Amino acid sequence: MNQPAAASLSEITPRARLRYLLDRLATGGVTFGGLGVIFAVVLIFFYLLWVVLPLFFPASLTPLAQYLAPGSAAPSLYYAMEEQGEQGLRISADGQATFFDLNSGTVSQTLSLGAPLTAVTEVDVHRGNLAALTATGSVVRFDHRYKLSYPKGDERVITARLEFPYGEEGFAVATGQTLAVRDSDDKLVIAVGDQQSVHLVGYRKSTSFLDDAIQLDEVGRVTLPITGKVDQIIIDPLMEWLYVIDYQRAQLYAFWIKQPATPRLNETVGLTADGVPTVAAGMLAGGISLLTAAADGEITQWFPIRNTEGLYRLQKVRSFADAQGQAAAALIFEESRRSFATLNRSGDLELFHATSEARVAQEQMPISDLVRGSLSPRADRLLVESGERQIAVLEVDNPHPEISWKALWGKVWYENYQEPEYLWQSSAANSDFEPKYSLSPLSFGTLKAAFYAMLFAVPLALAGAVFTAYFMAPGLRQIVKPTIEVMEALPTVILGFLAGLWLAPFIENYLPGIFLMVVFLILAMPLTGWIWFNAPASLRNRVPDGWQPGILVLPLLLAGAAALLLSQPVEMVFFDGNMPQWLTNQMGINYDQRNSLVVGLAMGFAVIPTIFSIAEDAVFGVPKHLSQGSLALGATPWQTLIRVVIPTASPGIFSALMIGMGRAVGETMIVLMATGNTPIMDFNIFEGFRTLSANIAVEMPESEVGSTHFRILFLAGLVLFMFTFVFNTLAEVIRQRLRSKYSSL
Amino acid sequence: MENTQPDLRGAQDSGFRAWWKDGDPWIWMTGGGVAISVLLVVGLLALITVRGLAHFWPADVVQGIYQAPGDEPMPVLAEIRSREDASAARLKSAGLSVDDGQEIYERLLLRVGNRDLYGSDFRYALNDWLVEREYPETVTVWERLEWGNLIGFLVDVRESGEVVATGDAAWEAFQTRQQRILDLRKEMHHLEKVEIGRINYELERLRLKRRGLELDQKLTAERDAAIRAKEADFQAEYQELEKQLVALHENMARDAIRVEVATGEQLTVPLAKIVRGYRPNAMGIFAKLAFYFSKAWEFVSDEPREANTEGGIFPAIFGTVMMVLLMSVFVTPFGVVAALYLREYAKQGFVTQTIRVAVNNLAGVPSIVYGVFGLGFFVYFLGGSIDELFFPEALPNPTFGTGGLLWASLTLAILTLPVVIVATEEGLARIPRAVREASLALGATRAETLWRVVLPMSSPAMMTGLILAVARAAGEVAPLMLVGVVKLAPSLPLDGNVPFLHLDRKFMHLGFHIYDVGFQSPNVEAARPLVYATALLLVLVIILLNLFAVRVRNRLREKYRALEH
Repeated sequence: MNQPAAASLSEITPRARLRYLLDRLATGGVTFGGLGVIFAVVLIFFYLLWVVLPLFFPASLTPLAQYLAPGSAAPSLYYAMEEQGEQGLRISADGQATFFDLNSGTVSQTLSLGAPLTAVTEVDVHRGNLAALTATGSVVRFDHRYKLSYPKGDERVITARLEFPYGEEGFAVATGQTLAVRDSDDKLVIAVGDQQSVHLVGYRKSTSFLDDAIQLDEVGRVTLPITGKVDQIIIDPLMEWLYVIDYQRAQLYAFWIKQPATPRLNETVGLTADGVPTVAAGMLAGGISLLTAAADGEITQWFPIRNTEGLYRLQKVRSFADAQGQAAAALIFEESRRSFATLNRSGDLELFHATSEARVAQEQMPISDLVRGSLSPRADRLLVESGERQIAVLEVDNPHPEISWKALWGKVWYENYQEPEYLWQSSAANSDFEPKYSLSPLSFGTLKAAFYAMLFAVPLALAGAVFTAYFMAPGLRQIVKPTIEVMEALPTVILGFLAGLWLAPFIENYLPGIFLMVVFLILAMPLTGWIWFNAPASLRNRVPDGWQPGILVLPLLLAGAAALLLSQPVEMVFFDGNMPQWLTNQMGINYDQRNSLVVGLAMGFAVIPTIFSIAEDAVFGVPKHLSQGSLALGATPWQTLIRVVIPTASPGIFSALMIGMGRAVGETMIVLMATGNTPIMDFNIFEGFRTLSANIAVEMPESEVGSTHFRILFLAGLVLFMFTFVFNTLAEVIRQRLRSKYSSL
Repeated sequence: MENTQPDLRGAQDSGFRAWWKDGDPWIWMTGGGVAISVLLVVGLLALITVRGLAHFWPADVVQGIYQAPGDEPMPVLAEIRSREDASAARLKSAGLSVDDGQEIYERLLLRVGNRDLYGSDFRYALNDWLVEREYPETVTVWERLEWGNLIGFLVDVRESGEVVATGDAAWEAFQTRQQRILDLRKEMHHLEKVEIGRINYELERLRLKRRGLELDQKLTAERDAAIRAKEADFQAEYQELEKQLVALHENMARDAIRVEVATGEQLTVPLAKIVRGYRPNAMGIFAKLAFYFSKAWEFVSDEPREANTEGGIFPAIFGTVMMVLLMSVFVTPFGVVAALYLREYAKQGFVTQTIRVAVNNLAGVPSIVYGVFGLGFFVYFLGGSIDELFFPEALPNPTFGTGGLLWASLTLAILTLPVVIVATEEGLARIPRAVREASLALGATRAETLWRVVLPMSSPAMMTGLILAVARAAGEVAPLMLVGVVKLAPSLPLDGNVPFLHLDRKFMHLGFHIYDVGFQSPNVEAARPLVYATALLLVLVIILLNLFAVRVRNRLREKYRALEH
């Protein structure tokens, strides 16, 4: 097959057959390969989409099992599950703690708490710390614990037990119907609610150095009289607030109990309008927000914030409506996310997330007349109980309740904030943290960066492109164009490094000089032109037309140097010798060393070659006969440029701007290195920001695979992808139209 | 414009109004745009060049007394790193007590070295207050393995604690003994990195082998015994090397020097901790030049020291080159095949036009997006699957399920794919139709025409595309941060251990080095010159590559222009 075969048409030699086969193979191979590559490129988009989409799926609930409540026939008081979602715990009014298999309902172990109980409360749900109030008025603190073992290879066996950190005796407080207990390293507070009073006992806790024994000293024992009926009492985990709720009158009494010996009634809050009674209340994960459910199906979130006088007041933050307008029979809370569920008598369950204000699921349970329920620590199992002690266990798939349109883009009122805000704060040291996933500050930062970059780049790049394409001497153009274009290849990490380590301190030191320089440079250009215009002809004739930039180099350098030289004197006279400080003190404008001005200059520099190159091509491509015709009719070169050339080339210039904008939006290293990367929303040129791309670079390596945070970062990537892709496609289409227009002219 | 008078252009029409009306100032303004753009470009390159090249120059060391008003006079021995003007107000806000009468001070940045004694390598000083300056020839600067430079006077040289030379003889003795240490260090480096590295690598492989057999439940007693025997062999070898290493360490610890620093304090420094010593004030211009080039060589050939702020950047250069080479291997065939399909095989129409626009636009998609894709798809999805299928014995430690050389080069291959496709397509489009038709008319099949005629003719275009792709890949940092670049890689991705090329290893990269040393380093001031030097190297490589690509492209264009006529 080395020589072209000279086969006649009539006979097909084996060699010709081979050649034919090879040709077909090549066709197939190239087509397959080509389509494969194109498919791989499309894959990027679909892969990003595939990772992002689960964010927007609703939660799903799948029934697993249904059985009669295991253990004693006494009414249930409390349900809990261990972390693996295999074992359940039921505590009933006769003081029995029954551990059972969640999937079958078979009892695995029954332990006794020693006395009939009237109430059970969660002390620290993460550690399985509980407390119970006995019928005789003592409060027992106990923990439910589980041990995992693998006695037979891979088969997991979970053994449950109860522990009593303060002994099984309990603290004698008072008899009552409701109980709230909190326990920390140095403090223990117990509140027992009776008909019209709350008995509050506080202990100081200390650990002996010798034998780790815990010693408790009573620091206060008071009885708080309540005007209404005590239906529910709640203490926050920091043991600062005691909330007492009267359901029928929908009244809440908030006591400040930092010193348990001297509680102070801080305020009385009406929970509903028009006297609608309250039916349930509880605390969201994190222990800051209070949720109350009203008889008309409205659920309201409250947390204390300081008012204008500096006093803490419970603030109504947001409310959720039951889809069927029914009163909730119970509120169930997730252990670590701010999700909660409402149950009602008709057997309807609704799953909400507080921060995102999203109703992630609404489902009819297999049993009705629901009175009680529990979510497992990993929030993957749900247990509900009916009035007839029927239990249903469901599998919950609710991976991303934190995300809703409002959570991503709107103002959200986060816990401990005075007002709704746009915030991005994806992680913190503690597990009870409320993640703040607003993309608004990041998008704002992206646009702010692009805006300042374009502000610097567009005038320079367009002016340069117009001159290079239209006025410049051809010899000079051959040098200038590649020089500017080669900068497009300059690694942005170098620009970022120079911006952060050289330009930022330089600008801080010569701030007045920088602003002077803008003015000086702009003035220097026409001034040089005027001087040149009046220069003797002998000198003018020596420099050919179209060499203005060459003449301008020296005056511009001088103007720049003059501005820098004047910087310190000006600063001395007008800005007390230190302009950044003057800005902060006198004008109230914050000054960061790595700010938007620095990024604008550095990123503008990165964008100049892009805009310059495309715009120059567009202007240069304008057919010569158009401009020559205009000149022949007596227009000056400038008139021809403005009235003929630029209008013709304007689509190309527009597409240059779009592509430049696309580059500025997606640039990562420069913004990463030249700003402080604080996600704030402020248009101040002297402050930093955080862009979508920099945010990905900063947070992606630490993000857990498959988590909400991970998917949101992918979403940010997808947003960037779509944004630049749409911008560039538009620009490309405009450019192709322009090309066909030129060829028809 | 209504001109009542005929405006004869070219005739000397002086006067401001006419000049203004002519639009001349605007032309000058646009010309200014060009001038400023070019000045920025040139200025930037000059800045990097000057600062980058200055890094290796041995600066003179000044001795003097720093006499700040209200403070004790302090003896100073330092290199003057930079000087700048600062206003009194700014100095005051920095906590200095300045004279109210004087508005502007010149502030010096001094490199005083001796971080172990002073806490910091650098300090600011006001020019006016640094008095009694001298440049004594015996001042010596020692580069150390830790704590940065030591600046002081050599007092004596000691061997096993005994003084063997003092005064002028000490300097001679120091130099010869330093040479001995350098040789020993080379030997030790070989032992540690190559020999012991190999044994550790083999031991790890044996461990994984055993674990793999265990998982497959094929670990029989004799296999276990065989592995154990091999392990014992390696352990024995290791013991032997360990002994050698200890001996070397003892050998190196023999010599020490005693140095007096500016404050008069004396300290003993073991020679084992010293990289080199030099007397900048005693050096002539040629000695300085020689020193300069030896430092420059160290920079490109040596490994980094002191959290990357000293020493060389060889692993970063090596990592960049490896990554770019691998990327070229991936991107060239795929890019060329895709271009061939689009230009030679696909039916030209709306679909190909759409694909072309889309491919073109992918070049404008932010690079960090490719990083996100690479991390999700290559590292977690593909890498995770590969680990489960082929490397279950190493789990839960990921093999390919974490960033590494392979994933980084694949990510960059996708990133640069549009560049190669566009350039190749352009080359294919420039081949005159007549050439193809002639080949077909002579009886060649389409594949033969492609292989013998079209591809050779368009090879410079492919070359251009590849060079541009390499230039782009060499400068990209953002996506690499997600898919496998690290600040300090323990071993190179290519070494003497089977299978030689370790695709799963993390690697160092020039661009990331700049980011890391410039922004994550605890001692930014000391690292800054090194970053400038690194930046200069990177800029040079990339600009040269680009200029080369432009030249190839231009020559190609001329060649085909000749063919067309």
